[in-house]
This record gives sequence, C-alpha cells and structure tokens, in this order.
Amino acid sequence: MILECKDICKSYMQGKMELPVLKNICFQMEEGEYTAVMGPSGSGKSTLMNIIGCLDLPTSGTLLLDGEDVSRCRDDQLADLRLKKIGFIFQSFQLLPYQSARENVALPLVYAGVPRRERLQRAGQVLESVGLGDRMDFLPGQLSGGQKQRVAIARAMINHPRILLADEPTGALDSRSGAQVMDLFDQLSRQGVSILMITHDPGVAARAGRIVYIRDGILSDNDEGEEAEAEGGGGYEEA
Amino acid sequence: MTENLRIAFAGIWSHKLRSFLTMLGVIIGIASIIAIVSTIKGTNEQIMKNLIGAGNNNVTVRLKQGSDDYWMDQGIPQGVMPVSQEMKEQIRDLDDVKEASFYMERSYVDDIRCGSQSLSQGRLAGVDMQYLSTCGYVVYKGRPFAESDFKTFRKAALLDETAARALFPDGNALGKIIEIKGEPFTVAGLYRRAEAFKPVINNLQDYMTYYTQDYGTVLIPDADWPILYGFDEPQICAARAVSTDAMSDVGRQVEEIMSSCVYNNEEISYKADDLVEKAKNRQDLSSSTNSMLIWIASIALLVGGIGVMNIMLVSVTERTSEIGLKKALGARRKTILIQFLTESAVLTSIGGVIGVAAGIALAMVISRLTGAPAAVSVPAIILSVAFSMVIGIVFGLLPSVKAANLSPIDALRRE
Repeated sequence: MILECKDICKSYMQGKMELPVLKNICFQMEEGEYTAVMGPSGSGKSTLMNIIGCLDLPTSGTLLLDGEDVSRCRDDQLADLRLKKIGFIFQSFQLLPYQSARENVALPLVYAGVPRRERLQRAGQVLESVGLGDRMDFLPGQLSGGQKQRVAIARAMINHPRILLADEPTGALDSRSGAQVMDLFDQLSRQGVSILMITHDPGVAARAGRIVYIRDGILSDNDEGEEAEAEGGGGYEEA
Repeated sequence: MTENLRIAFAGIWSHKLRSFLTMLGVIIGIASIIAIVSTIKGTNEQIMKNLIGAGNNNVTVRLKQGSDDYWMDQGIPQGVMPVSQEMKEQIRDLDDVKEASFYMERSYVDDIRCGSQSLSQGRLAGVDMQYLSTCGYVVYKGRPFAESDFKTFRKAALLDETAARALFPDGNALGKIIEIKGEPFTVAGLYRRAEAFKPVINNLQDYMTYYTQDYGTVLIPDADWPILYGFDEPQICAARAVSTDAMSDVGRQVEEIMSSCVYNNEEISYKADDLVEKAKNRQDLSSSTNSMLIWIASIALLVGGIGVMNIMLVSVTERTSEIGLKKALGARRKTILIQFLTESAVLTSIGGVIGVAAGIALAMVISRLTGAPAAVSVPAIILSVAFSMVIGIVFGLLPSVKAANLSPIDALRRE
C-alpha cells in the first residue's frame, strides 16, 4: 500500500465559523496504481491533494504514506517527506524563469545535498528520457507549454519519488501538447510509478486505471453528479 | 553554501539595475567612511612623521623647570647630581632602548669663530661616542670622534652643514682651527642626518608647530666640556627606542632613572620631550572633528540598510510562488531563510566592495584638491566590507524570516 487515508477531515476557520472542506475521506492506493481524482471546482480536490502531498496537515484522521504516519509530522519532517517520497506536477508548471531546463530539473537534488556535477548529469539523463535532450540549456521562456510541463515532470521524477501527484497537468496546455504529456504519464505508469492525478476533464481521467470522485468534500468511487461533469472539455486522444 | 551564493549572484544579476540602486545607499555610506578614515589616517601619519622624523625613534630627556628647558647658563641647579655611570648602564640595558647617548648642550652660543667668520646663535654640544649613531647622524667628510679624542682630551670638533657654511664660506673646513670661547679646536669632520628629512608643512599651523630655525651645531667630545664650562654638569639623555610605539614608555623609564639624581628640588626635574604624546594630542584634535563625520556617514549606511530591507521585502513578495515551489520540492524553512539572508548579505557586500573602491578614489580626489594627505587603512577596508555584510544580514533578517515562514500552499496559490 503506497497511500492510505483514514477518516481524513479538513476544515478551515472562516471568522468564527468552521468551514468543513473534507469530510471523513477514506481512500487507499496500491503501489503502481494510476488514479484520477475528479470533481468540480471547490469540491475539495486541491485540499486533498495538498494533504496527500504533505503540504498541509489534516484537521483529524490519519494519513499513511508508504506505511509512515505523516498526519502529525512537523514542518521540517514534512519537507523531508516531500523531498524523498513525492513528486509534484502543477497546472502552471512552476519553473524558475532564470534557470535553464536542466537546472530546474536538478533543483530537488540541491535540497538532497547532491553535488552539482552529479545533479546536472542526472538532470540531463531525466530530460533525455522525457524527450528534451536537445533543450537542456533552454530557459523556460524559450520552451513551449508542453515542453515546460515535460521539464516539470522530469523534475518531479528526478528523486525517484514513491508517488507522483499531478494537479491538472494538462489544464494549461493545448490539446496536442496535452496528449503528449498524457502519453508520458501512461509511460511512467507502465514503468510502475504510482500516480495520483487531479483533473476535472473526463477525457484525461479516462486514461487512468481508476477514477474516484469528490463532491462537497466527500470522496466516492462513483460519481453522482455525472451530468454536471459532462460539461467539461473534450478528452485527449493518444498522440 | 556555494549553491546559495550561486543563487544569490544569479538573483542579483537578473535584476542588475535594481540591485545596483539598492546597493547605492551602502556604497555611499561605505565610500564616505573610507574617504574620511583615509584622510584621518593620512593626516595622522603626517603629524607623526613631522614630529618624530622618519624612522628615528628618539626620546630626549632633559632637565626642565616647570614645562620649559632648564637654562644651563644660570649654573648647575641646586641638588642635581651628574648622571652616574651606573645609571647610564641601567638606561642602556632597558628592554625598549636600542642605544642611548648622554651629552651637554648650550644653545645660542655666540663665541664660535674662525677668523672673521662667526657662528651666531649656534648650538654647542659635548657628546659621547654614541651620540652620532643614537641621534641618526653620519660623518660625511673627515672622521667621527675616536676613543683617543676622549682619553687625551683632544680638542676636536664636528660641524654640521649649517655651521660649516657659516664658518667656512669657501667650503674648506677639514683640519682647520676654530675658536670656541677662545679655545682652539680642530675640525675633525663634517656630519649630517643619515636620512634627509624635512617636515611637510601644509599650513601656517603646521609651520608654527614643526619649523625650527637651524643656526648650526658644533659637537665636541664631552671630555673637553669642562675646559669651556664647569665640571660635573648634569647631562641630557637621548635614547633611541626600538619602535615608535615604545617611545613614551622609554621616556617614562629614563625619566624615572634620571630623577634619582635630583635631590630636594621641587622646581627642577628630568622630563622627556614626549613627541608621541604631542603627536597624539594633535591627532586627537583632527580625529575628533572627523569622527563626527563618520557618525554622519553612518546615517547614510543606516538608510542604505533600510533600503536593502525594503527591496528584499519586495523581492520576497515577488518570489512568493518560487518560495512555495521550493518548499514543495523539499526545501526546509532554514534553507529558504539562509538563501534570502545570503542574497541580502551578498548584495550589501558587493555594495561594500564598490563603496571601498569609491571611498579610496574619493580620498585621492580630496587629497589632490585640498592638499590634505590620504592614506589607505587596510583594517578599515576589511572592517567596512565585513560591516556591510552585517548590514545585509541584519536588514535581510526580517524579509528572510517572512519568506521562510510562508506556507507552501499559500505561496503556490499566488502567481
């Protein structure tokens, strides 16, 4: 078991009112599983992602990541978990604009204390594997959206994370680039990487092995509000 | 650390103009301080050199009545014994004394003549064998005094350049006879300072302080002194200290030893002409006005520091999403804190280095324009750069803590 959520609740205080965002989430993910989380905006999927990604702590409940209870960890312990076990992919790529693709990919290794020469060498290898061997020294501004997202995926993969968390990875891409990125996810999944992807696009979600739905902070394996979701954008076909 | 420096330089380089404008406060502050310190140091070195002379750390201890030299023409003062051989040895054995000479002296002596020529208001000294080397003189023509001159009471004389010019306008003094108080003395040699030295005079005040009219000096062996004056006259001690710093100490020690020759006389005492003390007093005078200027320059530095803090705060806000990303990728709170502190410290240190260069240039320009001397002070340079780094750390602390405490979720949300 790579991930296990037991009765996870998260609520925020709005003035004096307590606003529940996640309600008793119970969810498990096996090693190597490729899961998509679907839900409309404001349903709590980003909050769930933040908690699973060790960026935030649940108000109550237990989160086991790779067998380790992370729900009561302190700040620096969470940082170490993010460094060693989790790879993040964001909708807006989040690349540092003044650093080359290779340096962006190597960034997590800085915090892992890997020497510079080795960092850049490993970053180069991962970039090759996502098909950007000829763009290593380009700045993010010189890359297309799809290329940027592939750099971000390379960055997420460089430290061999136990799980890859992707938040709307195709949300900012045109359909062709989006399809390329989705192909890359398929490829990683086939290699046995555990992937948890948030999307509100049914076409994207369809590529995952399993889809779970979240609505008003409640997670379920089947979607009760399917009609509403159907309004979302069209799916991506394999490139 | 090297990674942090790399990131810091990259950050500064990517905002060249802004970084430079941020540094400007620090640059101006450090430049003014360096310029002022260089001017102070230059002036102080000049004062020291003017008073003490180049490389000759001589202390003279003589009898004083109050604060003035005792006038020997009044006769030997009551209760003052001659300096004993034992005392001389004691003085020569002092740790900080390189050499010491004992001599007797008269100023404004009018009866030194050679035929129709005379030395008006000249100085006459009865010296020992060590006098020339202790006081930094060399014989450049003829010979210095020999042991036998003292033993046989040979009436030999050494003339300095002024005396030689006055007594022998035709320039041929060696071997000639001069009369001192009617006694014939043979000119054995001509002497002068081993190192030519003239005080640098920049203004009237300097002139009043340093310029002494030179009427010419004639030296004779101390053994001959009683022929011209009395027996057992108290002596003056010239002691050469091992260093300029040791001069005051040597003066005090010699004073103490020689004071044991003075009995029951409240008015008369041996006192050192403490040139170092004199120089210090003059230096203090110039330093105290300049230290006020340093305080004013420090305000510029403070304002510069606040400018750095301001820009760093802007920078943290601008880079919120970068901070969030780094935290998401596994950067600890401390890592972010150190990264921002490094950037701020590097920024102000570069400002410090530029400021030092500008300050030295400024001091040179001031020196050219006003004639005031300038000297570069290495400790001041090191201190300035270190201080500008501290400014970066102090004023960078608030923005850095702010950055480190950002929650990664909030930071990522802001773009």
